[in-house]
Formats: sequence, C-alpha cells, structure tokens
Amino acid sequence: MVTRLKETDAVVIGIGWTGSILALELAKAGLNVVGLERGAARRPDKDFATPEIRDELTYAVRQKLVQDPAVETFTMRHESGETALPIRRFGAFLPGMGLGGAGTIWNGLTWRFLPFDHQLRSRIEARYGKSAIPVDMTIADWQMSYDELEPFYERFEKLCGTSGKAGNLRGTRIDGGNIFEGPRQSDYPNRPLTQSQAGALFERAAKSLGYHPYPTPASTISAAYTNPEGAVMGACEYCGHCDRFGCAVNAKASPNASVLPILLQDRHFTLRADSFVTQIVYDKASRKATAVRYVDMNTGQEFEQPAGLIALCSYTFSNTRLMLLSGIGTPYDPQTMTGAVGKNYCYQVTAPQHLFFADEEINPFMATGAHAMNIDDFNGDNFDHEGLGFFGGALIFAGPTHGRPIMGRALPPGTPRWGRAWKQATAQWYNHSFSIHASGASYAHRGNYLDLDPTYRDRLGRPLLRMTYNFRDNDRKLSAYVAEKASGLAKAMNPTVMGPAQPRRGDFDVAPYQSTHNTGGTIMGADPKTSVVNRYLQSWDADNLFILGASVFPQNPAHPPTGAVGALAYWAAQAITTRYLKSPGKLVSA
Amino acid sequence: MTDGGATLTAAEAAFLVAAADTIIPADELSPSGSQCGVVDFIDRELAGPYGQGVRLYRDGPIVKGKKEHGYQLGLAPRDFFRIGIEAADDWTRATYQKNFAELDEAGRQAALTAMETGKAAFENFNAREFFEALIAIVMEGFFADPIHGGNRDGAGWKMVGYPGLPADYRATIEPNRGKRLDIVPRGIADRR
Ligand SMILES: Cc1cc2nc3c(=O)[nH]c(=O)nc-3n(C[C@H](O)[C@H](O)[C@H](O)COP(=O)(O)OP(=O)(O)OC[C@H]3O[C@@H](n4cnc5c(N)ncnc54)[C@H](O)[C@@H]3O)c2cc1C
Repeated sequence: MVTRLKETDAVVIGIGWTGSILALELAKAGLNVVGLERGAARRPDKDFATPEIRDELTYAVRQKLVQDPAVETFTMRHESGETALPIRRFGAFLPGMGLGGAGTIWNGLTWRFLPFDHQLRSRIEARYGKSAIPVDMTIADWQMSYDELEPFYERFEKLCGTSGKAGNLRGTRIDGGNIFEGPRQSDYPNRPLTQSQAGALFERAAKSLGYHPYPTPASTISAAYTNPEGAVMGACEYCGHCDRFGCAVNAKASPNASVLPILLQDRHFTLRADSFVTQIVYDKASRKATAVRYVDMNTGQEFEQPAGLIALCSYTFSNTRLMLLSGIGTPYDPQTMTGAVGKNYCYQVTAPQHLFFADEEINPFMATGAHAMNIDDFNGDNFDHEGLGFFGGALIFAGPTHGRPIMGRALPPGTPRWGRAWKQATAQWYNHSFSIHASGASYAHRGNYLDLDPTYRDRLGRPLLRMTYNFRDNDRKLSAYVAEKASGLAKAMNPTVMGPAQPRRGDFDVAPYQSTHNTGGTIMGADPKTSVVNRYLQSWDADNLFILGASVFPQNPAHPPTGAVGALAYWAAQAITTRYLKSPGKLVSA
Repeated sequence: MTDGGATLTAAEAAFLVAAADTIIPADELSPSGSQCGVVDFIDRELAGPYGQGVRLYRDGPIVKGKKEHGYQLGLAPRDFFRIGIEAADDWTRATYQKNFAELDEAGRQAALTAMETGKAAFENFNAREFFEALIAIVMEGFFADPIHGGNRDGAGWKMVGYPGLPADYRATIEPNRGKRLDIVPRGIADRR
C-alpha cells in the first residue's frame, strides 16, 4: 500500500552537498521543498562530538558514516560479457549516506577545473587535429565554459570559506598560487593553511625543478569564518580526522556545517530522513516527472510524494540508478553506442609512491584532509601531448592528510609485515615518511558504463547498479607518464629510501581506496541522443526534472570534483529560480 | 593476558594469543600483542555488530571472483574466523602434528609465513585470505583507540610516536614543523 501525500512545490532527492545547496536556493525563492534523505538525520553537536568522533576504528576502518552495503551496494565487472559480482564491503570508493552525504566525510580539497577541462574535446581537436582522439574515447565538451561558471565557483568557495592562494587574479599570474588556473575574480576567502614539513620539502623540490608549487585549496579552513548564508565555522585544529569523519569544530565545510544550520531553520523546508527513494514517477506522454516514491526505512511504509519540480541530488550512482529504475531516458548500449543513461562512467587514475626520510620529522598526524603542496605543471594540457599517445594529465602533490596508525604505516620495500623486524621498522619510519601522489584524469571510454544488474538486489528487492569499468589505454599511459614525473620530484626531495612508483597497471580493484570521485552516467550535452541533461542540468526527457552532481560530468578531470559540483549546483539553481520558475518548460531547445 | 569470553572459544583464544604474539612479539618496543589486549579486542569485535556481518552485503549467489572483486565469501567475520582458525589448526596438525598455539615461536613463524605466501594449503579455505584478515584485525587491536580493548596503555601508539587525542595541533603545527612532538598519548576515555 502506497500512501499518497499532498503535492509540494519541489522534492530534492538526497541531502548532501548538491541537495542542501539547491534546497536552500529553492526555499529562498519561496518554494515549499521536501528533502528526502535515505540515511539518518545527523547533527554535528551530537554525532561529530569529540572525543568520540576521533576514533579511527569506528569511522575510518568500519566506515560508520559511509553508505551501508548491506542495504545497497554495486556490482562490478571489467568488461561487458563478464559476470559482475557485488562489492560486499566498500574499499575503492566510499559513497556517503545520511544527512550531509559524502559532503560530511570528504577531505575538503576544493578545486576549480582548468578552462581546458571545460572544452576538452574541442581544445584537443584544435591543438592535435580532428582525428587525434581515438573513436572509443567518448569525451565531450562541457556545456558551459570556465568563464561562465567562474562566479559560481566563487560562490561555492565563499560558502565553504576555502583557504588558498590565488594564482590568476583577473588575468594577472601570481607566484605561489596555481598559475595554471583560470582567471579568478577574487582571491580565496581565507589565507592558506599552515604548511606541513612534507609540504615544505615538496615545495623546495618542485621549485628546484622549475615547477610551480601551490598550497591545496582547502575547505578545512585556516580561521574562523561566517559564510554568506550566515553559517559560522571554526578554525581548523589540524587534527587529522577529516576524510571519513564528521568535523567536531565545524572547520571543515560540509552541508552540515555550512548549509543545514540555515536550511533546517527555513519554514519552507521539510526534511524527511531515513527515506529511501525507490523511483521517480514518470509520465512519458506529458514528459513530466510527477512524483517521488520512497520507503520509510524505520517503518517499511511506502509513500508517494507528488511535486511540481523534482531534483536528483543523490550522487553519481543513485542519480543514474534512479533514472534507470524509473524508465526515464534510454539506457546506454556500448555495442551500438546508442542511449545515454549510464554512459561515460569515469573515475580517477591515482598513483601513490611512498618516501622515507631518516632525518626528517614529518609528524603526519598534524594535518588536515586538505593539506598538501601541489603542481599543475603536468595537468590538463599544460604540457605538450604530441607523440605521447594519451591526453590529459594529473595533479601531483605531497603532504600527509592524517597520521592515523591503523591505516597509515607505510614501510620501505622488502620490510617484513609482522614480527620483530616489522616492529623495528614501524617504530623507525612512522614519523619519517609520507607519500607523493598523482591524481590523474579519467577520460570516458566506450566500454566503461553503468546499468542495472540482472542478478543482485538491494534490501528493498530492486536491482543493484552494475559498473562495467576498467583502466583503459589512455589511463595506463597517462599514469605511467605522470608517475615518472612524480618520481622525479620525489628524487629531488632526496629521500633515504624511495618506495616503487605505482602507476596503474593491473585491472580496477574494488578493495584499496583510490578516491570517491565517481562521475558520469547522466552527462550533460547539446544533443538529447547522446546526453541526459542540457546545459542547465535539466533532463531532456522531463522538463521539471533536474540532475545535480558529478554524474553530469562528461569525463573526470584530474582535480577533485566537488568545487565544480558545488559550482554547478549554484548554476542550476540560478537557472531554475530566475528562468524555469517564471516560465516552466525546456530551457534549451534541441 | 586475555579475559576473552565474549564469543571466542578457549581453542580460538589460544590460537589468537599465539598468533598475536608472533605478529607482535614482546620486546623493548612494546609488550606482546596479547599483553596489549589484542585478543580481547578481537573477542569484542567478533562478538559485536562487526562480527555479525553488519555493513557487509551477504546476498547470493556467492561466486568465486577475481582478486579485484574483493571479499566474496558472504561469511560474517565471526564465522570467517571460526572456520579459518579451525582450518589453520587442521593444517598445522597435518603439517607439524600440533595445534598452532602449541608450536614454538620458530614453528609459529614458519606456519604464518606459509599462510602469508600462500604455501599453506588449508582444506576448503584460502590460507592467504585468512592470513590477511588475521593480520588486519591484529593490527587494528594494536593501534585502535584503547577504548576498544586493545592498544593497552597506548602501547601501539607509543611504539610509533602517535600522540592520540585530543589531536588539537593549532598551537604546535608551526613551532613543531620538522620537530618531534613528545606527548604521552591519550585516548578517548582519557578525554571524556
Ligand atoms: C572519504 C571521501 C573524501 C572525499 N574527499 C574529497 C575532496 O577532498 N575533494 C573533493 O572534491 N571531493 C571529495 N570527495 C567527494 C565529495 O564528497 C563528493 O563529490 C560530494 O559530496 C558530492 O556531492 P553530492 O551532493 O553529489 O553527493 P553527496 O554529498 O554524497 O549527497 C548525496 C546524498 O544522496 C543520498 N541518497 C542517495 N541515494 C538516495 C536514495 N535512493 N534516496 C534518498 N537519498 C539518497 C545519500 O545518502 C547522500 O546523503 C570525497 C568523498 C569521500 C567519501
């Protein structure tokens, strides 16, 4: 029995970063908004309080704030044709669940993408020729340029209070910032964080090689701050409990710290937590999404919430899955390359290398989740790709994000993993090591996509999302190239011992953490046949349905996604409140 | 050594004491694994929600996958260790005519090495997978906050120089950059 509820103006599915931002903008515009969140209604003062929150076992190892795979997980296979198996425990990526979503447990690295990333296909074709891009590399331009999105990037940084140093202020390059970034209208709202020893070593080495190091734009912020919405944030304690944790001092920007204190007070907003959305009710004839079905996870009761406007803000996986479960749009078929839902699933191509310094005290535990020094010299198209056999690049960086001892104990190659020699080496190296990382772009490939699994089901009996994914030729070549550059930097730091470079060689493995930067599945585009949403993130198949989040990225650049995810949320919110509400209908004709 | 008893049988506790003390032997750097409470930790973890398989997708079909598919057994950790310890003891009895716990230190080292390198052939259980789960939970017990029953007196943290809580480094991040921070580690229970 489905209980049908009274119609509301808008329903937002998922209250993480995008859902909270959009819900607040819609509420400010006077709409009555219902927020449906499948997880618990967490409260920072109660759920993220010290000392309990700073517990590595509970939060980082047992993943208390992460999506519960026993309720819903994904299946994975490397190629279509293989049988996918369920990810029984999360490892490679950790989707969020509960009020705040992954926005509660992120690191706080807050980048803007490069202007190049916004115009990927046309810029590559212009520089390397029309036929340079392999047929299977299904990359596409974004539907807005960097300059168009710039004010919205700025808005998200101001919401977060991001700490950083501009490298390009209105066209003027500034040393010490990222000189490769697109022009910014204003500097970061807060000064950079205090540097770590590892960051200092990296900076010196990068400069000695003629590179351009700059501090991580960090939403674990350097000073107390009140954001434009009126939310009050504290200064970072460098406690090293950011990723996988909620922040005890509201120094890490999150929906919980930066948006919800205001949103939950707004009388136009109603939160329904523990409300698992199972379907969007779609009227194909009128091309409208009419209602949202969900299950109250405490009582098992099923509800249908009709609404004038519906927004999918439920992260890459649920955004794609709910489109497929609701029969909206055409599922992507890799054989015929028709259909668009599930297409261009991308990830991040990471390559870490451990370094050991006998004479340096690293103090890895004095850190924030966003505490590195970085270079963009090998990112995007900042270097010549002629003859390299791949496109794209990586962000290369170093600096510990924590020193939590269950998970952070790298040892020189060849050290035993247990026994007396292990103890000696662990005692010797724990405070004397850190890693250099390359976070590489992941460009769309015809064979990497999302669809529904034919066998495995979630707790409510619906098909799980199936991921067909592997590292492809471009990924492997890119990874080998940037890992070598990172190794060169590592050498220049003069470590006592260098672990092996680890470019991506084998197949995608669901166990070791790589990143929760999953993108694609409901990509933006200019053509309804090959994309799911238009440039305002409006569904081509239902005018009153908007899809927010990295699921709209046609491919994943090297920088972490959330700066752009937040910017796009403001971009879509503006289109909805200033244009769509005045005259509901298609915002782009195709 | 171990009060145990939340879920572990005497035989399982004996196996785990022997394993924890081989993985983390007593020396000048720390007491042994079991002296640090590692086996109490494992007992509590396996008796609790983790041991029962909460937050583990256990639906079938259960199919043996590729290595990259990760854990595919569907067994909750409590059952995994029950079956794994039995299989390990069966194997040491067949190979060395003794339960693992009855071996001398050199024997235990040889047995663990055989499991780690995949040379031990357990019947109906993957020795290497068992070893990986074993070393993981022992390390958790040695390095997790003492509130969970292991890492007694912060022994694991002291060994490496991890200062524990409160973890507020606003005043030290600058002056202590590149300099060792000598703090006696405290845990959650000390800060409440
Ligand atoms: C450990 C970790 C570290 C990270 N670090 C960084 C970083 O440093 N920099 C960076 O750029 N990015 C980082 N990320 C990624 C970042 O968290 C995400 O990009 C961001 O939160 C995405 O926002 P979103 O609104 O799309 O999804 P989320 O913030 O995850 O919100 C989605 C919400 O939808 C809910 N939901 C899903 N399905 C349903 C359903 N069926 N019914 C109801 N509700 C549903 C979820 O429970 C969740 O609350 C990190 C992620 C993790 C996990």
